[in-house]
Amino acid sequence: MRYAFWPGCVSRGGCPELYPAALAVAEKVGLDLVELDQATCTGAGVIGERSEELVDALNARTFAMAEQLGLDTIMTICSTCQGVMSSVNYRLRENPAYREKINGHLRDEGLSYKGTVRVTHMMWALVEELGLEKLANLVTHPLRGVKVAPFYGCYILRPRYVLGFDEHPHRREYLERIIEVLGAEAVDYSGKWRCCGFPIMTINESNGLRMVANHTLEAKQKGAHVLVTPCPLCHLNLDEFQPRAAGQAGRPINLPVLHLPQLIGAAIGFNAKVLGLRRHIVSTEPFIQMTGIPRG
Amino acid sequence: MRATLRVRRYDPETQPTPTYKEYPVDLPQYGTVLDGLLDVRDRQDGTLSLRCSCRSAICGSCSMRINGEARLACKTLVNKIASPGETITVEPMGNMPVIKDLVADMTLFWDKVRAVEPYLQPVGPAPEREYLVSNEAMERLTVAMNCIMCGACVSDCTVLEVDKTFLGPAALAKAYRFVDDPRDGRKMERLEKYTQTSGIWDCTRCNMCVQVCPKGVAPMERIMQVRSMAMEAGFNKTRGARHASAFAEIVKESGRLDEMGLALKTYGFFKAGFTLTGIGLRAFFRNKLPPLFHRPIATAENVRRLFRRLGV
Ligand code: SF4
Ligand code: SF4
Ligand code: FES
Repeated sequence: MRYAFWPGCVSRGGCPELYPAALAVAEKVGLDLVELDQATCTGAGVIGERSEELVDALNARTFAMAEQLGLDTIMTICSTCQGVMSSVNYRLRENPAYREKINGHLRDEGLSYKGTVRVTHMMWALVEELGLEKLANLVTHPLRGVKVAPFYGCYILRPRYVLGFDEHPHRREYLERIIEVLGAEAVDYSGKWRCCGFPIMTINESNGLRMVANHTLEAKQKGAHVLVTPCPLCHLNLDEFQPRAAGQAGRPINLPVLHLPQLIGAAIGFNAKVLGLRRHIVSTEPFIQMTGIPRG
Repeated sequence: MRATLRVRRYDPETQPTPTYKEYPVDLPQYGTVLDGLLDVRDRQDGTLSLRCSCRSAICGSCSMRINGEARLACKTLVNKIASPGETITVEPMGNMPVIKDLVADMTLFWDKVRAVEPYLQPVGPAPEREYLVSNEAMERLTVAMNCIMCGACVSDCTVLEVDKTFLGPAALAKAYRFVDDPRDGRKMERLEKYTQTSGIWDCTRCNMCVQVCPKGVAPMERIMQVRSMAMEAGFNKTRGARHASAFAEIVKESGRLDEMGLALKTYGFFKAGFTLTGIGLRAFFRNKLPPLFHRPIATAENVRRLFRRLGV
């Protein structure tokens, strides 16, 4: 399985532990990644506030680069990158006349998007292309006794019509399936499909912090030892801002937040160092101890 | 088709807490959740309260949470959301107090719609005959005009869950409908009002309203249009507008996002230092600060050209 790979900005910026963990897991499970090193930020929903056409052009440029490499699927490790790319792709594939207009903006660079690319996220690729059975076979350190709260992130759930849910109606249950294949137990709570609050942190911090506190406290109350997310922006908010959210809520939280590749990596034999587990704000020590994975 | 409706029953006047009751129903192939509920009320339990009228997704009365998501009960086919024999959970809308069972108190919804002044306010003398408007200008607005005031978006809005002062999706979609109407004369005043706290910039872009709206209004996308209009009209002093501009500038320069630069530009140098010190120090000790020296991609000049070409 060969993919054009877009790691996103945050996996190398605000969450530098994600990129190496994702690469390690991809290699071990056999996802062959060709990194798009000249691709740009997808716009993360923010540049679209200035100009939707610009966002469409930036992402069409990335899609065209994947086509040039002869690859038909772009894989991301960020719910948000995936979501922006999927909506742009939806607009460009639905409407060839509009696609041509956007291609007009790319002509200077000698690029043109033909509309053949499919966008996926590592979480989807693992379930739909690798298959959970294969993943199960790679588990050497089953995460027995660990209760994990799934947290998806908005853009990997909504809006369903741009995200291929017609074809894959169970995409909003994949985290639970992966958690169980790894030998851990999935915790059910109402926050799992909601918003982490990241996009309003610079605008209305107290609302964002309230979201962080609500979801993490609810997950804890339902018994979660850790929370796992396929979105580095959710990770930034739920981990980095958790102490401040706890301050605002007036009670301690201390719920470790893992990136999906870290959780998988722990079960398939990587040590805490490779996975960057000690580069978090909320200590992941309880998880390391519970699972007994090597520290490295 | 057989299914079980698991319905949240609650009468605040007589019950301390809500309870859930299960009702088996047997519906024709194209039966809706509303058909099921009416059948329950007719044959099994006459005390069940719910709102409905048109039964054809026009009046907007029958919004409720079905399997955790706000929907029109009359537009939701049972066979689309459940396999034979399965249980469907039915609850009142969220973010609003419950009057009884599935009937929510929509006062909050109407107050917010009123707050955006949802009526045309032309300025200057009225034309002798009707106002003349181009087709294109009106076509843009039809998406927002499709709103049937059902409340589904407000029910599931994630910001309203933590802050009831937010104007919310339906009212802000309505705001768009008037601020972009060529006949309206108070565009600037409207934009100024909508950019204040609790307005357009408080939306967290969670897409929940886009997902649940039964009429394709996509309120979040309308909010993004008002954000663009506000920035174009010069309302760019708010934190939200500064964040959007700074974000675009950074990506324009280097092709990638640089979180340090973004914080500095959004908050200003001193405020960034102050606001982010706690976060930054913790990140520093965990060896996870974003790189201080952000390097542009090799083809950054092409990216800059693209931005300039599209006027950003
Ligand atoms: S996108 Fe904005 S308005 Fe819509 S539900 Fe989310 S926070 Fe509310
Ligand atoms: S925007 Fe859509 S969901 Fe919201 S009130 Fe109007 S029709 Fe209902
Ligand atoms: S009964 Fe009128 S919209 Fe459902």
